[in-house]
Amino acid sequence: MNVSERLGSLSTAQRTVATGCSLLLLISITRVWSGADDLTSAGTVGASLRLAVPIAMAGLGGIYAERSGVVNIALEGMLVLGTWFGAYAALEWGGWAGIAFGIVGGMLGALIHAVATITFKVDHIISGVAINIMAPGVTRFLTATVYDRPTETPTIPTANRTGTFTVPLVSSGLESIEHRHWFLVSDVAGVVRGLTTEVSWVALLAVVVLVGSWFVLWRTRFGLRLRSIGENPYAAESLGVSVVRMQYYGVLISGACAGLGGAFLATVQNSQYKEAQTGGRGFIGLATMIFGNWRPGGLAAGAGLFGFSQALPLRQGDLVGPLLLLVAMLLAVIAIRQGAAARWRQAIAAAVGSAVSAIVYAQVDELPKQFIQATPYVVTLVVLATASQKLRPPAAAGQIYRRGGAH
Amino acid sequence: MANIRVPDPRRVAAAIAAPLIAVAIAGGVSAVLLVLTGHDPAVVLNTLGNRLGETNTLMDAANRAIPLYLSGIAVAVGFKMNLFNIGVEGQYKVGALTAAVLGAAVTLPGPLHVVFCLLAGLIGGALWATVPAVLKVKRGINEVVSTIMLNFIAISLVAWLYTGVFKGSAAGELNTRTKYLPESAWMPDLVSNGSHRVNSFAIVAVLVGVAYYLLVWKSRFGFQLRASGANPFAARTSGVDPTKMVFRAMLISGAAAGLVGLPELLGDKHAYTDTFSVGLGFDGIAVALLGRKHPIGIAIGALVWGFLDAAGRFLDLDGIPREIVTILQGVIVLAVVITYQVAEQFAQRRITAETAAKAERLDLEVAG
Repeated sequence: MNVSERLGSLSTAQRTVATGCSLLLLISITRVWSGADDLTSAGTVGASLRLAVPIAMAGLGGIYAERSGVVNIALEGMLVLGTWFGAYAALEWGGWAGIAFGIVGGMLGALIHAVATITFKVDHIISGVAINIMAPGVTRFLTATVYDRPTETPTIPTANRTGTFTVPLVSSGLESIEHRHWFLVSDVAGVVRGLTTEVSWVALLAVVVLVGSWFVLWRTRFGLRLRSIGENPYAAESLGVSVVRMQYYGVLISGACAGLGGAFLATVQNSQYKEAQTGGRGFIGLATMIFGNWRPGGLAAGAGLFGFSQALPLRQGDLVGPLLLLVAMLLAVIAIRQGAAARWRQAIAAAVGSAVSAIVYAQVDELPKQFIQATPYVVTLVVLATASQKLRPPAAAGQIYRRGGAH
Repeated sequence: MANIRVPDPRRVAAAIAAPLIAVAIAGGVSAVLLVLTGHDPAVVLNTLGNRLGETNTLMDAANRAIPLYLSGIAVAVGFKMNLFNIGVEGQYKVGALTAAVLGAAVTLPGPLHVVFCLLAGLIGGALWATVPAVLKVKRGINEVVSTIMLNFIAISLVAWLYTGVFKGSAAGELNTRTKYLPESAWMPDLVSNGSHRVNSFAIVAVLVGVAYYLLVWKSRFGFQLRASGANPFAARTSGVDPTKMVFRAMLISGAAAGLVGLPELLGDKHAYTDTFSVGLGFDGIAVALLGRKHPIGIAIGALVWGFLDAAGRFLDLDGIPREIVTILQGVIVLAVVITYQVAEQFAQRRITAETAAKAERLDLEVAG
């Protein structure tokens, strides 16, 4: 039995754990090789988590909408609404009110999308574009009406922000191990510390929402119905499911998720609403949804990866260079696996990519920040282009549903 | 029996009424928002109305409409083939940078230099549109997804290039930019009174509009394009290769998008700078929808959009945030699309009812 056969006999959960462990092993090798000890420090891991939350929430919003058959490229606009409503309510009534209002803000955007696409049967992309045009206008208008400056709210005082928690013994106990910089052991310690030290309660909420969404979508009657109308609304209709109502639920939950992500962005990750704060995170969320094959697990992996890549340029010292080394090794592993499965074209492509990354790492002193910014989009395009056989979007996503319209 | 097709008066009325209803709805929604936030809608209406009589504002509106029109045409070409090119945003940036870099690198006599820059823009935009075209044709990747990704990749790529390899500004300069184009590549103003102007790129925009009309409605290619857009299966049966049409439509759309940044480049900034306009690609989608993909409709849409942009500034003077205009624009798009949709459904229902009635009559005749 060769490697890929053995991997194939594992369950999805086992495979995920295996992939995670091998990734950590590669990162550990990269860290020791390049001497960039900050790569797996608690600080970097914590920053990655903070950056991953809005992306993951936007992506989760995408999953809910598309699983119910409605394409939602208005996630960006809903995220924007979430940032403003979140910051406004946090300033007025405190941190958790901010989170609640952020969710409401996202749902307002979603309501427009739902009315336009489900009730009036407007093309999903068109409605999304209109909302994305409108949302920054709405928030700027509201900022100018409520505050002095049209581009930002005042800073939210610490008292009006949601807090963080640190798991007592774990965080302090692992600190010395992390600082020894042992191979693999210190990396695990760093990751665990990063996920247990000064973690926002809202980030924890987001994790709960993500796991809960997996349960809701795959283990409840509601989830089955929602997914069934994303695959074939007319079949679901013939079984007595109210497609319109389910689509409304899907889109509204989608907006709630994006709104939560926006509120996190403005009130937890930052301490005020600022114009253009979202910086395309809604679209990164969309990309992550595709990367994660329209599933919460894959989405979490993608959001973690993109959050990690975005955290690196923010840290002290050069961490972006080592990232190239990591990519080179990752592609080398892929090349070997594809080669073992006798898929020569893929193997050669991965090998070439690996070699190019290694050469760039050796030759270039500093990687431009634009490359990091473009990473999620390039990765998603590459995944789409190479693994489109394995990706399975909801079959009816983007189609206009007309009640009783089956032929 | 002479069978002359007279346009159905009810249909004509609907075509005129739909946008008017949409504007009325958009106005109503905005008015509610204004009242809720403690502003007076009458002031907004008054200010915008007064601006209609101001030559300066109208010139600004027309100037602003030039890139919007080009962007609308670029989007509309895709629409005709059932392609949703969200990537105009990225394609126009790549096109503008290509024109800025190549244009600054050559020495040519006046008009020839302008034409050279136009071609560079066309090619730059088309090349960037080749990526989603190939991805769609070869790998079956939806163009909406790929162009969204490519927009962001274009932004990063262009920023990296003009702040790096192609940087032409000195170290102390306020704005980073490429090298300035020589004067032979500048496009003069058509009319100007110092601070307000309409650039001669308007002529190029008109030519593009005419070309769009001829290409889509008067050429064999255009017929095939509309046919495969309307019914790809029927078109394939009659010998039109849909993948080829997708590829060509995307490239033409990208080429038109490559021109969108050029009024600003050749007529105003003369270099690709960090103050270059953003969002023209998305506005183009709105303008194309307002104009129902028709060259004249798109022109009207672009002018309305440009006017709202130009006149909105004066609302700040009344103490009303000008962003109400952005909201108005978004609501107009949604309202227009919804009213067209509803009108179409009514028309469809009536046709179905009329056909059914006719069939019934025939049945009675046969039975009788």
